[in-house]
Amino acid sequence: MSESVATLSVHDLRCTRGDRELFSDMNFTLHGGEALLIQGGNGQGKTSLLRLLTGLAQPAYGEVRWRGEKLARTSETYHREMAYIGHLNGIKDDLTPIENLRLAAQLAGRTLDEAQAEEKLCQLGLGRCLDLPCRVLSFGQRRRVALSNLLCSNAPLWILDEPLTGLDVHGVALLENLLKSHVDQGGMAVLTTHQPLSLEGANIHALRVGGPAQ
Amino acid sequence: MAINLYYYASPATFYQLSGKLIPWFGWSAAILTLIGLYISFFVAPTDFQQGEAYRIIFIHVPAAWMSMFIYLVMAFWGAIGLAFKTRLSFMMSRALAPTGALFTFVALWTGALWGKPMWGAWWVWDARLTSELILLFLYIGIMALWAAIDDPQRGDRAGALLTLVGAINVPIIYFSVKWWNTLHQGASIKPSGTSMHEAMLAGMLIMAFAAWFYTIAVALYRVRTLIIERERNSEWVKALTGK
Amino acid sequence: MLAARRRGDWLTSQFFFVMVASMFPLGIGPDPNTLRMIGPGVVWVSALLASLLSLPRLLAEDFRDGSLEQMLLTPQPAVLLALGKSLAHWLIYGVPLLLISPILGIQFSLPAEAIAILMLSLLIGTPILSLLGSVGAALTLGLRGSGVLLTLLILPLYVPVLIFGAGAVDAIMAGTSAESHLSLLGAILVSTLLVAPWIAAAALKVSIE
Repeated sequence: MSESVATLSVHDLRCTRGDRELFSDMNFTLHGGEALLIQGGNGQGKTSLLRLLTGLAQPAYGEVRWRGEKLARTSETYHREMAYIGHLNGIKDDLTPIENLRLAAQLAGRTLDEAQAEEKLCQLGLGRCLDLPCRVLSFGQRRRVALSNLLCSNAPLWILDEPLTGLDVHGVALLENLLKSHVDQGGMAVLTTHQPLSLEGANIHALRVGGPAQ
Repeated sequence: MAINLYYYASPATFYQLSGKLIPWFGWSAAILTLIGLYISFFVAPTDFQQGEAYRIIFIHVPAAWMSMFIYLVMAFWGAIGLAFKTRLSFMMSRALAPTGALFTFVALWTGALWGKPMWGAWWVWDARLTSELILLFLYIGIMALWAAIDDPQRGDRAGALLTLVGAINVPIIYFSVKWWNTLHQGASIKPSGTSMHEAMLAGMLIMAFAAWFYTIAVALYRVRTLIIERERNSEWVKALTGK
Repeated sequence: MLAARRRGDWLTSQFFFVMVASMFPLGIGPDPNTLRMIGPGVVWVSALLASLLSLPRLLAEDFRDGSLEQMLLTPQPAVLLALGKSLAHWLIYGVPLLLISPILGIQFSLPAEAIAILMLSLLIGTPILSLLGSVGAALTLGLRGSGVLLTLLILPLYVPVLIFGAGAVDAIMAGTSAESHLSLLGAILVSTLLVAPWIAAAALKVSIE
């Protein structure tokens, strides 16, 4: 079954912002076990590209396909198999980290018991703030809550917009490990970052958005 | 046929075409207005009930027709735009809105002028006047939404959705206002149902056509401006402006 | 759908509802006959305004912290999300308002059966306000001055609800049956329920882009 092979592909993609063209004729295919690092200066369309890949935004021209199907046609499957973290963490300030993870799981139609949620949070070093409302957590800690949500999703495709923002040295190392093991296990990741990220050994491609850096 | 439609739906070709059409519609509007006004003021007989003041309906009725009709056309273009993602239809919708609001306002204004001698009051909560007022609110809301959204694509689609919601609502609003009006026994004296004099009818129809052509000319003019503004980075606009 | 953890939030719109309605007697005078005449209309207009006050918050918070994006990325259809949001709004705005309305009815010296009809009309009418409002809230999401804009967009659409809602109470006080008003209101509710969530979902997608 060739169509069941998990691939994310982009065909002749064009993206405009207002009346400015950010990029056009973009083509690539991402297979299981590969990661794609998107590079480019500020305002070159990295975030716009990621939002096109998630299906939150519609391309001006061209299409994004998941398992060979257009996103619009397969959105239910796609949303089950894709996890996205944008600039915003998407966590509720009034809830504790555990409640946040369980709420997200519920909304996505998964079940997640408290022990599982606790395990993922501890994995990201949040063992000490399980019962605090997220309002009192620091920015980096909240970022970690969002990342543990990623782990809970079991999605083969991760789309991460600047995941390193706000993370300390340990957090960065933690994320590097997570990414590596995710990709080694046949997962896929698309991410943007301005910070150096050492993913030695992983099958990683780089893509530059927009013109050469100015 | 289908190919032809797509051909004209491209902003570049439409820009050329509309440029040729505008003078035609503009001049027809002007000439028809003159004829229509002549008929309404000099040919049409004085109404035995309402005297000379009735003559304002030659402006009032076409304006009221247009105000409702333009809204429907906007909704139509909005729906087309949402369904087929054609940029031009959104632009048409945007270009029509100010004219629609203008006609609504004119209809209200002339309605008030007519109401003063007829009903003895500038404003009466008559069903039609009230519906017209709410229609004006709808126009204002849509234009305010467009003004508030910076991103043209988002604005286009948000405005189209709102126009559609409004279009579904307009009949309900009209019906409810009418219902409300009959219950509250409004002070309206309806114009008598006598058959209209031929000259009156002719005057009104000619004025209606004038309003039509005016709307088309102005809308096309605005669309051209919008096209140039939106496509200013494209090749054909650069070639057009030269340099 | 989501717990309304902040008590203060929804209480404000209820206080607002009571206060606006209480301003009218102060401005018009305490004559019970006059008050009885304007009572239904005033209570209904206050209900419209209270709903507009609480609507911007319906989606704004989720938009700001990014959960709205995440919700749109769940396998569930966006229509369900829009419907859930309208329901949540109705639960925290409509239901308490319904419970407070008899007090206002007494303030305006409405007879008992009129108060009952007032509550019934609010019961049918307020969900319509929540549903239509969710369309407006989705359209104005994240815009400058979205509160005022929302009012501008949605208030004209509320007109039929106001007319039939207040009309029902007027009818019962005039000694006729309110049945036709209420059934028309019910018809509007059903049709809004069928149409509004779809449009709100489409508007959400447009706004989030």
